Amino acid sequence: MSQVSETIVEREIDTSHMQVSKTEVAIDVINMHKWYGDFHVLRDINLRVMKGERIVIAGPSGSGKSTLIRCINRLEEHQEGQIIVNGTELTADLKRIDEVRREVGMVFQHFNLFPHLTILQNLTLAPIWVRGIPKAEAEATAMHYLERVKIPEQANKFPGQLSGGQQQRVAIARSLCMQPRIMLFDEPTSALDPEMVKEVLEVMISLAEEGMTMICVTHEMGFARQVANRVIFMDQGQIIEQNEPEEFFSNPQHERTKLFLSQILH
Amino acid sequence: MTTREMGHDAAPRVSFFNDPVIRGIIYQVVVAVILIGFIFWIVGNTAANLAAQNKTNGFDFLWKTAGFDISFALLPWSRASYYWEALLVGITNTLLVAFIGIVFATMLGFTIGVARLSSNFIVARLAAVYIETIRNIPLLLQLFFWYFAVLKTMPAVRQSIALPFDSFINQRGIMVPRPTPDQEFGWVMVAIVVALIVAGVIGGWAARIRTRTGRYPVQIVWPGKLADAVVTFLVAFVALVVLLGVVFPIASFVPVSAIVAAAVALGSLTRYAAIAKAALTFFVAFVLCNALLGFMFSWVPSLMVSLISALIALVLGQVVYSNTANRPPSDARFPLALLVLIIVGVPALVYWLTGATLAFEVPVLERFNFKGGLQLPPEFVALAFGLTIYTASFIAETVRAGIQAVNRGQTEAAQSLGLKDGDRLRLVIVPQAMRVIIPPLTSQYLNLTKNSSLGAAIGYPELFNVFGGTSISQSGRAIECMAIIMVVYLTFSLITSAIMNWYNARVRLVER
Repeated sequence: MSQVSETIVEREIDTSHMQVSKTEVAIDVINMHKWYGDFHVLRDINLRVMKGERIVIAGPSGSGKSTLIRCINRLEEHQEGQIIVNGTELTADLKRIDEVRREVGMVFQHFNLFPHLTILQNLTLAPIWVRGIPKAEAEATAMHYLERVKIPEQANKFPGQLSGGQQQRVAIARSLCMQPRIMLFDEPTSALDPEMVKEVLEVMISLAEEGMTMICVTHEMGFARQVANRVIFMDQGQIIEQNEPEEFFSNPQHERTKLFLSQILH
Repeated sequence: MTTREMGHDAAPRVSFFNDPVIRGIIYQVVVAVILIGFIFWIVGNTAANLAAQNKTNGFDFLWKTAGFDISFALLPWSRASYYWEALLVGITNTLLVAFIGIVFATMLGFTIGVARLSSNFIVARLAAVYIETIRNIPLLLQLFFWYFAVLKTMPAVRQSIALPFDSFINQRGIMVPRPTPDQEFGWVMVAIVVALIVAGVIGGWAARIRTRTGRYPVQIVWPGKLADAVVTFLVAFVALVVLLGVVFPIASFVPVSAIVAAAVALGSLTRYAAIAKAALTFFVAFVLCNALLGFMFSWVPSLMVSLISALIALVLGQVVYSNTANRPPSDARFPLALLVLIIVGVPALVYWLTGATLAFEVPVLERFNFKGGLQLPPEFVALAFGLTIYTASFIAETVRAGIQAVNRGQTEAAQSLGLKDGDRLRLVIVPQAMRVIIPPLTSQYLNLTKNSSLGAAIGYPELFNVFGGTSISQSGRAIECMAIIMVVYLTFSLITSAIMNWYNARVRLVER
């Protein structure tokens, strides 16, 4: 982590579409607790994400960052408190879970592409079987997003034939094909070579430029500085500190945050 | 392999004995010479010993009369038959028991394997106990148990236990009715084939339209729902008639059953479908449990049996309810009930219209034994049952391993894309699990086929028993008989693995 690149892309970021809504709440987490058995992973989490916000969650490993965003699309279930996504509260009700998952896309650290399907089939599977979109239309949409992540020529290959960076871009395109309103990124670049990190971050930045609501768990502090409008620092299952990136990096309040930043930045 | 590459022409020559290619050749020649010498020595030794004992050899005995009895044969067999016919009888008997064993072991094994991964504590525990018990007891012991402790302790012929459908079980095996179709029944067979084809075409067409346009064709949605309701009605009606007519007899049970069944069927079309499904499950499970438990524990008072059955049915109904209640309404579901209705209904209609009859020759107790019907000898039943139970425990573990081998991330990715449980299993998990399951499953099929030779120990006339036991002692051609048996088993194995290798090559993941 020594060379945290200050700028990810050399170009100016186009902020014309990056407005944060003042009134529309995308995600509301209220007094949320989660346990794994006796282990209290998440303690009293309160987090309100407005539409169009780009949030980076940082923190040492084991601090509950991934668990938090996995709760937001119910890959993990919380035991106390509320999680409300686009006005739908997550409960054991499968109908609501399906509703939330249709609106929320997720990108994983290890891509999790379906290895037995081609790239194109990976992209069209959910649109066809979940949204009931005709195959031809789903394929056209898939090609559109593959072009956006700049690998349309790989459409008929299998995931195993692609590099890590390409696979992660396919994974992002796969989520986008479901036209989500919120994207969750769970350490999307942690399993990649430094060279490939950049190509994935490029795609994420272009998403941000379009006004996508994003929550990213990442160690890419350069990305946080350039793109995020709020950085959240977590430790031992709690949100310790949150602030705008400039303030967060130059003037951290909490001792734990200072220690973390000193380790990660130098 | 070569040590010289482009631009290395001037590389120093490798010394003769350090060249890996030459070393490889030398090793192979040495091994080949030793192997051929060993075979020559064995063959020569055996021939000399046989000559010293004045024994003849050769395969000419195959065309001699065998002169022994075989207790169970699919092909015509008499004492005057030849040895090669004995071989065929042995092979067909082995294939019969292996085929039946494979079919049932696969069904049982997949069920148990999936059950072991169930989130339901009791189901998972029961499956684990089954697997751990069965696969840790030697197969021979299990065969002896089923044969001597279960089937041979059945009552004598005159005290045969009557089973449903005119079947009987006694010391000599299980007697079942033999179907004797008449001329018109041919039409019913035709109807079955046609119905299967029609159902296949409709199903394929619906699935194709579904992927192309994103919707099941309208022409199929309403018939599908209707068929759902009809099947629900029929199943509920039958279960209720049994329940109210036999178990708790009440007056005028037919109209009551019809009304309740109709209510359940109509309910399944409304938004109370989950309750209707739970009710249907309760009725069916209750009737089945009651019959099964009542038969198995006939000494327990029937009220007790009914109470326990009701409890089990209630639990199952609750499981079905909670599984369906939270599910989004699926107005675009594959019309499975419609296809079932076509496959069952069309032949039934033809059966009724043509006035065909499918008579059954019922086994009848005469003075000393049953006459007529089909007799399944206890040796066959014990072997098929034992092989099924035993191999199923291994198949269950294979299936569990296959499902668990699919990375948890695959499930999470599918879930986060919003795929429903059924689609997730069908499109993502099963195709990947099958790759892991198929190779060891093949080994289990081969194991079952070869394990069927243990049938010799309980007297089932399979290949090894007929050709390894009786034929050797009758003809004295031990080497020839053993060689033939080995070739036959080897052929079975090679054919199976050839098919499986083809399958594996077809589903291999493409990487790089």
